[in-house]
Amino acid sequence: MKPIIALSIGVLFGFGLTLAQMTNPLAVIRFLDITGKWDIRLAFVMCAALLVTLVGYRILFSKLDKPLLSLKFRLPNKSNIDSQLIIGSIMFGVGWGLSGYCPGPAIAGITINPRESLIFILAMFVGVKAHHLSVETQRKVKIAQ
Amino acid sequence: MVEINSQVIVSALSGGALIGLSAVLMMLLFGKIAGISGAFGQLITISKGSLKTAASSWQFYFLIGLALGGWLYSKAFGINFDMRENFSTSLLILSGILVGFGTQLGNGCTSGHGVCGIARLSIRSILATCLFMGSSIVTVYLVKL
Repeated sequence: MKPIIALSIGVLFGFGLTLAQMTNPLAVIRFLDITGKWDIRLAFVMCAALLVTLVGYRILFSKLDKPLLSLKFRLPNKSNIDSQLIIGSIMFGVGWGLSGYCPGPAIAGITINPRESLIFILAMFVGVKAHHLSVETQRKVKIAQ
Repeated sequence: MVEINSQVIVSALSGGALIGLSAVLMMLLFGKIAGISGAFGQLITISKGSLKTAASSWQFYFLIGLALGGWLYSKAFGINFDMRENFSTSLLILSGILVGFGTQLGNGCTSGHGVCGIARLSIRSILATCLFMGSSIVTVYLVKL
């Protein structure tokens, strides 16, 4: 049952991303291009997504102690601002601006623009692996010390 | 600025609302943040290249659903934007690597930090979103030069 529900939530998300034109990298770049012919469309997308999530989270956190199909809410527990957050977010922004793809739209757009999506996702896989390896190496160095 | 009509606004708002709705459902049912880069990174860690292990995780179904959602939309309503052609492969690869590494280092992307994190009023997420929006705007500006 859980796989089907996770799949359905993904379908809704991917459908929404495509309806919102997030899967169109040109629309994303036009949105980021504030000094050019700025396309305000994605600002509406972000505002609507945020508003629904903000209100929805408020209601469900105030009414429920635990999620319906799991034992507890698993919220990110980090609260400090560190250099990893800052450097990682800037790196992500540079990558996003270069192609107009971020992770969700690249995956949702795999049948819409397969060539670009597939190359991007494979490269993203390499980036994720590189990060995992660097974490692993740092851990080993620490243990050795 | 690009011309905006009411149809564009309606599709942007409803697309955004669907993205928000899936984030709320993910929290309501599974108690989890609907972060795509997080799910992608976890799937790679869990599966270790085995499809069988991948198929036992919710992340796998969520991401498959994402691609299915994009496909369903394009089958039902077609794609109403001009496809970008002959976009540089090396730029796509560089972009994907930066996005993959950056989102793992910074713990999130547009969905995790930008939607779910801001909706939780997380200071980390608000800062991350400002940083990746800022660096993507600068990148688009520089690439255009």
